[in-house]
Amino acid sequence: MMDLDLQDGWVDPELADEFPELGLSYAAVDASPERTSKEVKERLRALSDRYTGGKVIHMRQDAIPWAYRVFYRQVGIDPDTQHTPAEGVALERLRAGGFVSRNSVDDALTIAVAETGVPVIALDRDKVGRAIGLRLARQDERLGPTRPLSARQIVVADEDRALAVLFGEIAEDAGVTPDTRHMLLAGLKVKGVPAISVEEALWMAAETLVEAR
Amino acid sequence: MPPVRPPVLPRTTPDERPARRQLLEQVARLEEELAQLFCSTWPRKGFEWDVRSRGGPRVLSLSELEELRDELAERVGKARRALSDRTYVEEQNRRLIEEMLLEPERHRWVRVGNEDIGEPGCKHWHVRPRWGVIGMLMSWWRVVISSGCPLAT
Repeated sequence: MMDLDLQDGWVDPELADEFPELGLSYAAVDASPERTSKEVKERLRALSDRYTGGKVIHMRQDAIPWAYRVFYRQVGIDPDTQHTPAEGVALERLRAGGFVSRNSVDDALTIAVAETGVPVIALDRDKVGRAIGLRLARQDERLGPTRPLSARQIVVADEDRALAVLFGEIAEDAGVTPDTRHMLLAGLKVKGVPAISVEEALWMAAETLVEAR
Repeated sequence: MPPVRPPVLPRTTPDERPARRQLLEQVARLEEELAQLFCSTWPRKGFEWDVRSRGGPRVLSLSELEELRDELAERVGKARRALSDRTYVEEQNRRLIEEMLLEPERHRWVRVGNEDIGEPGCKHWHVRPRWGVIGMLMSWWRVVISSGCPLAT
């Protein structure tokens, strides 16, 4: 059985004041991107069979996808334009006729989101600081070397810099590349999402990654 | 003449927190209503659901939260009215189907589809003469119920 050290990320006081139940959990995993194993492909196929048009339509009434929809609204994102991660994978499943296997990392994240509804991102652990958390972007701050951030945008960050826009782009110098050997998986918790679902999502992604080795 | 007193200035800035909390709660409730309406309208088409994005993810100002709440409330209201109008027409169409089945000769050539009664699929009820021209001449009308969607080409 694999060992996973789950940690709670810090949340900037201003952000915590606005969204008291907002949280970020993360865990380190020793894994690198690989070709997807036969077992994982099989699992994606089985998962595809559970998604039907009716289920996807009613998904927004399910507790966890709904909680993320609400959070999207509250932070100024239209969830019908930029879909929540759970709805995003479900719609992609309907469009493509199944969950398309890409690589071990993307597949692990897809499985975690599809099974739990909790969005999980993967970062290169060797390129990020010791502790990560959530805060508002600073004036003139950039994501990676080039991409400018708007002030007060919500970002995933380490002690020194922004690593990813929440529900969005990951800094090119923090994301997983073919050279990555150690990863950091992070799951976002919002109001209405039990902590155990976030943990489950991280476990699921980590196990799928390890299984792929 | 009494001396004019200087205006009293507040010693502390007003706390936005309770107002913000309430607005966030209202946004959550309205989003729930919108999600319920969305599921109720399926498989009907032609409803508007978009409430414009505020360039997030970010912490919205109080006025932005108010605007968002108002837009969501307006969207919910419009969707509810549109659904109510639509279901009224669908009810009329259901009644029409019953009347077509009871008295087909009084509803010659009338055709009602699943879409007209808010159901998924391509099934339709069509009042047609039995045996073509002979049926037309003899006033032998009947309701033909289609078997479903045509095969994809």
